[in-house]
Amino acid sequence: MFGIVGYGAYVPCYRIRTAEIAAQWGRASEGEPKGKGLVEKTVPGMDEDTITISVEAGRHALSRAGIDPRRVGALYIGSESHPYAVKPSGTVVAEALGLGREVHVADFEFACKAGTEAMFCALSHVKAGEMDFALAIGADTAQGAPADPLEYTASAGGAAFVFGRGDLVTCEVECTHSVTSDTPDFWRREGNKYPRHAGRYTGEPAYFKHIVDCAAAILEKSGTSAKSFQHAVFHMPNDKFPLAAAKKLGFSPAQLEAGFLVREMGNTYSGSSPMGLAAVLDRAAAGERILVVSYGSGSGSDGFVLRATAELAGSRDRAPSLRAQLDGHRVQLTYAQYAKYRGKYHLNG
Amino acid sequence: MSAPRYAREIPQRYRFEAARCRQCRKISFPPRAVCAGCGSESSEPASLSDHGKIVTWTVVRVAPTPFALQAPYVVAIVELDDGVRVTAQIADAHGEELDFGTPVRRVLRRVRAEDDGGIIEYGYKFVLARLT
Amino acid sequence: MRDVYVIGAGITPFGELWQRSLRDLFVSAARQAMVDAGVDRLDGMYVGSMSPGLLVEQEHLSSLLADYLGVLPAPCVRVESACASGGAAFRSAFFEVASGASDVVLAGGVEKMTDADDVTRALATASDQEYEAFHGITFPGLYAMMARAHMRQHGTTREEIAAVAVKNHENALENPNAHLGMRISIDQVIASSPVADPLRLLDCAPVSDGACALILGSEDQAKRAKGPLVRVTGVGAATDAIALHARSDVASLEAVARAAAKAYAMSSRGPRDIDLAEVHDCFTIAEIMAIEALGLVDRGRGGAATSAGETSRRGRIPVNISGGLKAKGHPVGATGVAQIFEIVTQLRGAAGKRQIANARIGLAQNMGGTGGSATVHILEAV
Repeated sequence: MFGIVGYGAYVPCYRIRTAEIAAQWGRASEGEPKGKGLVEKTVPGMDEDTITISVEAGRHALSRAGIDPRRVGALYIGSESHPYAVKPSGTVVAEALGLGREVHVADFEFACKAGTEAMFCALSHVKAGEMDFALAIGADTAQGAPADPLEYTASAGGAAFVFGRGDLVTCEVECTHSVTSDTPDFWRREGNKYPRHAGRYTGEPAYFKHIVDCAAAILEKSGTSAKSFQHAVFHMPNDKFPLAAAKKLGFSPAQLEAGFLVREMGNTYSGSSPMGLAAVLDRAAAGERILVVSYGSGSGSDGFVLRATAELAGSRDRAPSLRAQLDGHRVQLTYAQYAKYRGKYHLNG
Repeated sequence: MSAPRYAREIPQRYRFEAARCRQCRKISFPPRAVCAGCGSESSEPASLSDHGKIVTWTVVRVAPTPFALQAPYVVAIVELDDGVRVTAQIADAHGEELDFGTPVRRVLRRVRAEDDGGIIEYGYKFVLARLT
Repeated sequence: MRDVYVIGAGITPFGELWQRSLRDLFVSAARQAMVDAGVDRLDGMYVGSMSPGLLVEQEHLSSLLADYLGVLPAPCVRVESACASGGAAFRSAFFEVASGASDVVLAGGVEKMTDADDVTRALATASDQEYEAFHGITFPGLYAMMARAHMRQHGTTREEIAAVAVKNHENALENPNAHLGMRISIDQVIASSPVADPLRLLDCAPVSDGACALILGSEDQAKRAKGPLVRVTGVGAATDAIALHARSDVASLEAVARAAAKAYAMSSRGPRDIDLAEVHDCFTIAEIMAIEALGLVDRGRGGAATSAGETSRRGRIPVNISGGLKAKGHPVGATGVAQIFEIVTQLRGAAGKRQIANARIGLAQNMGGTGGSATVHILEAV
């Protein structure tokens, strides 16, 4: 049996309400902005970034796994906001987590699905027998341009998964699948601060096509149907798309409920579906099946069919749940504070 | 900061690696060649506790240039559970939340990142111990 | 060891001296001192300066200043112990004369601070770079942490701390060379711009340029010079952990206490014998902790004693009659020498409107960083 032996997630304590952003640009909070239905999103502190978020999530995952960090053979971090343009996030995180030097480290990048890519590869190494444990993290401190619809949703957070085998597995991975095409729906050129997107093109031909194709294929590959699953997580760029994808695939909103974090978290990009999975694992009972299908612009989707084992419940309390972090100590920011934290002010030089 | 200087200190900045004197058991952070307690030159690796309590603190409002945009920020002396004291920022705090003895736990954060394109300096800070 | 006397003294005004360079300032003070001592050559020179490299990109002061003062080829060395550089320079000069190796040695100090862009960063080098300054702590921040601890441990109040500033700025009104002589109130101190909680702008010594020089001489030299004799009777120095978090008590100054003990023992004097003191009030709270460490007031009573006027000009033990670092100014390397300059001036009876009557025994305390190093000197009118 191969799968997750430890999971963890982290959100910063800062929030900004979508109403606060809307007021900044003279818009009502209902109707116009694409983020309708979202209440607030997470904002990283000025001293936080993808690396620091990955370290927190990684620590939680290692606590739940209960293993010596030096037994981890690979660390992969997927993000679209790696702090350096050239220098891996993974080396800092590997040192901070005490993984030792005998570890394979790589940064992944594929818009919002870089996190599930890291998971895909980490799992493969363990399955191939190359190593006993591999750690995959999806984390982002996503940026939205001022006055752009993405500003309502782009947020910060991350989730980490230690993959392993045998008795330690708390959530088995039964099947994986991936689809890809060159669909330019959302991109950022070198040197540009903010991404650009192709408006409504990001919907049907991009998000929906890949998620639905990947989901349909993995259901067939694994011999399952929508009814086989107690939980499903689809990438959450806003609160409408995942519910619409669910409907197309025959999943009910109730099946999405445990991992449906976007309304109070925003879109954590490479952290989105991984964090949805972490939230599900905070609650899933032994034997429950989980479907995770991510989406990354450019485009592609990674799919996972997972099943919680009896070991899951016992490992949970070793780290804080994502729900406890989302509901716990929160600091609301004004737009001015938010702009300062997100570096939207420019100084000379 | 210079890259070699930064890299040398990674074991302390990222992992709180310290040393314990083999003779008098005093913990030194950072590790020292000569024990401050008994003068012995023989020590073994030790790691510090991640949890501690506030000894005293301030809110820095006039900051040196590399920290200018972060001001105001809280800096404190924290006494760790193993008795060692360190100076560090208290992240995600403004000062009113703190009191003598407030429990805190260690996190990794960006400490400095100058706009000139130099390396990003990560290091330990503390946050109020709410969840763990 | 033989007796050592201060036979000459010179000082520049302290302040923002835009037109004067480091070498100008030093030469001005040093020439005054040499003229005062009636000497035209030196056996040696010690110059205290904390950060000429960072502040004006100039090291090798030993050569530069001996050259510009016109005392080549006299041996010279720059002494550094953060803010205690001046006191340390004086101590080194003392031992060179006391040992008999030299008869006439200059102890000077200079700091040129107003050319620099980021003085806070230069001053932070007096703390532990890796384990204090790295984290964004500043000197006001370190002293603010000490103040908070002192208030907690001893019940010292915000008003008592502010009383130090009120006293010293008023004292400086009678000091023609002082940077900031002014009359202010406790409320003004407490309402001034926040710097590092709980300290405010008026709790902090200013950034100043300035230089000071003293000539130390043997007894023969002293007799040749004119004027009242001032002898150095007590010399003490000590170090403590550089990082505030490594001290045994963040609200007291152990290095100062140890240095004082040595100086008292050497001079066979005690705190009760001291007629006046110049102490290191880089921040208001530093004076409170210093007078406790020197034994001039009971431990924990520094704030109360200041509020009650015990350290005022007319009080039991006048402290910082010159205005202290707070009001006279704090050109870092010059400070330790300037404190002794004030004691010498008082013991000579030459302090004009700020003269303390019957001043016979004076003490000067100089300190580096948050107390990582300290010097204490006791001088007496002979």
